[in-house]
Amino acid sequence: MSHPQEAAEFLKDTAKSKWHDDTLWFIRDKRDKMSKTIPEWEELRELASSIKDNVLGNLADYLEEFERNASKNGIHIHWAKDAEEHNTIVLSILKKKDCTAIVKSKSILTEECHLNPFLEKNGVEVVDTDLGERIVQFLGQPPSHIVLPAIHLKKGEISELFHERLGTEKGNEDPYYLTQAARHHLREKFLAAKVAITGVNFGVAETGEFVVCTNEGNADMGVHLADTHIASMGIEKIIPKRNHLGVFLRLLARSATGQNITNYNSHFRSPENGKEIHIILVDNGRTAQLGRENFRDSLKCIRCGACMNTCPIYRRSGGFSYKSTVPGPIGSILSPGLDLQKHSSLPFASTLCGSCTDVCPVKINIHEQLYLWRQEITKAQGTSIKGLSMKFGNGIFKSPLSYNYSGKIMRMALKNLPKSLIYNPANVWGKQRDLPPVPNESFKEWVKKNRP
Amino acid sequence: MIVFNFKIRLVAIFVFQKDCLTYYSLMENNTKPQIALFIPCYVDQFYPNVAIATLEVLEKLGCQVTYPMNQTCCGQPMANAGFERDTLGTTKHFIETFAAYDYVVCPSGSCVLHVKEHSPKAQGLEKEQEALHNKIFEFTEFLTDILGIEKLEGSFPHRIGYHASCQGQRGLRLSSSSELNEKPFSKAKKLLENLEGLKWVELARTDECCGFGGTFAVSEEALSVQMGKDRLEDHISHQVEILTGGDMSCIMHLQGIAQRQKQSIKFKHIAEILNQILK
Repeated sequence: MSHPQEAAEFLKDTAKSKWHDDTLWFIRDKRDKMSKTIPEWEELRELASSIKDNVLGNLADYLEEFERNASKNGIHIHWAKDAEEHNTIVLSILKKKDCTAIVKSKSILTEECHLNPFLEKNGVEVVDTDLGERIVQFLGQPPSHIVLPAIHLKKGEISELFHERLGTEKGNEDPYYLTQAARHHLREKFLAAKVAITGVNFGVAETGEFVVCTNEGNADMGVHLADTHIASMGIEKIIPKRNHLGVFLRLLARSATGQNITNYNSHFRSPENGKEIHIILVDNGRTAQLGRENFRDSLKCIRCGACMNTCPIYRRSGGFSYKSTVPGPIGSILSPGLDLQKHSSLPFASTLCGSCTDVCPVKINIHEQLYLWRQEITKAQGTSIKGLSMKFGNGIFKSPLSYNYSGKIMRMALKNLPKSLIYNPANVWGKQRDLPPVPNESFKEWVKKNRP
Repeated sequence: MIVFNFKIRLVAIFVFQKDCLTYYSLMENNTKPQIALFIPCYVDQFYPNVAIATLEVLEKLGCQVTYPMNQTCCGQPMANAGFERDTLGTTKHFIETFAAYDYVVCPSGSCVLHVKEHSPKAQGLEKEQEALHNKIFEFTEFLTDILGIEKLEGSFPHRIGYHASCQGQRGLRLSSSSELNEKPFSKAKKLLENLEGLKWVELARTDECCGFGGTFAVSEEALSVQMGKDRLEDHISHQVEILTGGDMSCIMHLQGIAQRQKQSIKFKHIAEILNQILK
């Protein structure tokens, strides 16, 4: 199904879609209030955007600097050109460590690479340790939001799921009770895992260290108990200097959830004695996107999810309606670069309202890129009925005479045809909306009479 | 010049700022700046009253306004649908129609934004196109920024809900955006807030999109209508009597839904309100 069909399905449950909208709006509102307590907020956004400009302009150099420094610190660096290479590298490390059960903290990149099904097929048990991720994993679903993976579920549904999977009391919806149950369940998994996988929020070129931000501390729990830490990192996650973290960490949590700071910002620089850290630097379409001048700025994204929370479309259609690992406005400008055909309806799932652009902490011109993708998509689709009607429209509008006549004919038709004919099934506008009343004369006709 | 100023001082207080200087300096040798009225195609066909109100407000404020009879459409519907490249003919016609005037004023933020940012480059008309982008203004911004109106006097005793069209607001920056950490402002509010008896109603979501979005209204019908219903609910639950705004496209969508739902809220373009109070 395309986005419009998915959205219509989502909206059928009016109460739930309203709840979804209100819940995400609450977070957007919290973000607004929090960002307004920082007088230099707009300067921070500008600075973050400029730092990312510099990163994208010198990406190869920073990546090599990062590799040199991380290697000096005793970290193993791997390079993966795509998802397949990434997954193969992970599996080869697991095989070397003779490991058949791993814990993973939230990482959109591993979702992008479809690591879980790949490892499971190869006999490895994967446990997502972020609470929301564990919930969707139980359900066999992907995350519906990059920061709030289970935001599409209400606590009653989670209570029911935990009753089935973790044996909690039927009907007990107390969040504390349910969280405790998940905690006990996950603790066993943490203790058993020899390898832990995390994502990376920031990789610092000058020091070779990387930073992982979580609210639940699950990444730390996983990597400190395991002997081997594998960090999957998109190549655009590089920042030049450690003090740049002062810019990004201030923006990230406030934009994401309206918190001052993420609860755990953990820096990983070198492995403990007897342990190993591996970083897999993943391209998977990123250099191709870097080469697209109109769309390269999409790589500035720090995955805060603010554009999802603010998007009036996302809030009312849910993350699954996008059918892409990263949903929402940012997903709609990243995904067409990966598969134009599959994601061709996404840039049209927007009114171009521009809220995403104004909320973005790194000032990506998201709605402008949506507009630009539309131009690319119609080109790639070749001749279409829509395309021909647009050419026809241009034919009318470039000639005043044909415009005047078409307008007159349209108004006459609307005025004189019976209502049943006007509100026919092909009139999508009229399904739930009335057409405006038709005036006797156009403004142009009025001018002729009144301002000769 | 003196007569002109005297006449308008009865209804409006003008504060001359940087942008106004060009306008008023054009009047020095007693010739008024030539203003062209650009009326979006759907306003021409469906809402002639909004166009008449726009024209009359400008005239009442002492402007010399012409409506170029050859105008058609700016090309926005096609460009937003992904066919900007097919709007070259429309764009060239637009530039040729309006090139001769000092200013172009339009009662729609989204059409103005399209002309400024999304019309394709017209070869051979580069100079005219660039000049056009600097002299085309949305109706409220022309009043506040070019004419320099600081305050309008008159009476309009109604509870008003303002729908800021996104392309006017975040595109042309006609009002502050709730996402940004900036000092709140609104060009429309400046024109309305001093009217006697007028109550400017604050909404729960000050600048959420109404869901019109051009072809989006049809291609994403379910979402579009839900967004419209939600926007209407915000106004109605705050006892708004008249919903007004600067873009008839948003209003056409909202009014269409309200009418179908038999909701009694009224709709007016801001030019219609101003035309009613200006004598």
